[in-house]
Amino acid sequence: MSKFKKKKDGGLPPISTASLPDIVFMLLFFFMVATVIKEDNLKIENKLPKANQIEKLDKNKPISYIYIGKPSANYIDTYGTEDRIQLNDKLQSVKEVQSFIAAERAKLAEELVPTLTVSLKVDKDAKMGLLTDVKQELRKTNALKINYTTKKGDAITN
Amino acid sequence: MAKRSAPEVNAGSMADIAFLLLIFFLVTTDIAVDSGLSRKLPPWDDTEQPDVIIKEKNIFALTLNSNNEVLLTSGGDSELVELNDLKSRAIEFLDNGGGEGKDACKRCKGAKNPESSDNLQKAVISLANDRLTDYKTYIAVQNEILAAYNEIRNREFVKDYPNLKMNYVEAVEMYQDKQTDTKVKDKLQEKLEAIKLAIPQKFSEAEAKRN
Repeated sequence: MSKFKKKKDGGLPPISTASLPDIVFMLLFFFMVATVIKEDNLKIENKLPKANQIEKLDKNKPISYIYIGKPSANYIDTYGTEDRIQLNDKLQSVKEVQSFIAAERAKLAEELVPTLTVSLKVDKDAKMGLLTDVKQELRKTNALKINYTTKKGDAITN
Repeated sequence: MAKRSAPEVNAGSMADIAFLLLIFFLVTTDIAVDSGLSRKLPPWDDTEQPDVIIKEKNIFALTLNSNNEVLLTSGGDSELVELNDLKSRAIEFLDNGGGEGKDACKRCKGAKNPESSDNLQKAVISLANDRLTDYKTYIAVQNEILAAYNEIRNREFVKDYPNLKMNYVEAVEMYQDKQTDTKVKDKLQEKLEAIKLAIPQKFSEAEAKRN
């Protein structure tokens, strides 16, 4: 008669969760590296259209973003349902585009100014009218390199 | 008294902390979509420009209306076209090569219809849109036109430089890749410029009509 009972055999041993933190850390590092923290808080709808003849934008060259779309649900009371332009964090009028580009240029080193690309992030349901006005303003301020930012996909099924 | 070993730190909650961080990054992540159709705007010029005379048969005029329909005017008549047909129609027009004598087109493989474009240098695609056209239609048309140019450029690039074993679009991608060697880049640039010169994108956009 032993004092110590033999351990009962049978029943599954618990699964070791010791490596769980490692797995989670791995995922964490992936997301930390892949993350670009949102630069602008969008006040407008911005569903980009799709296209397949796309080129990647060079991240080493300066890029400025102009967003166009209908104000999102929270802002309809304040701004109505017409298409609007967003520069940085504010909804602005077409007139402000030139000063926005000037401000963006002022932030850059002088030799980089001619390489500035304007990325136009336009909602796919927006009308062309406002975009045309913006393009005219960009021409006036001599910001001629533009990029219609799109997702990858079939353009015809937009 | 026996020497006590330092108590082990409980690492059980490490996973929780990591999960918390993970969820934070998951929520704030916005994997960047910085790719799109690159275009160049014409410079602003207030001075009166002399009218350039272009033969009507060398113009492939597209007009988008407020109902997102595409009207194609080419070779004297107009018709509505579907987006699906646009690319093949554009290639047919660009590649036609109807010119004779000094206007003859060596690269063209088209039907040589005298009613359509003379050669690749002369063929102009023009696009006009209404202020009420949807952006998605506009992008689709831009995309199809670019696709037509890219297809012809691909064909000519492969024909001119068969030993590179890649087409124009792949070459552009390689040229833009940061990992590509500078020497390779310089050689590529030369070839890309030659193709761009042989098949220029003569793509003009009129100002949107006022309603």
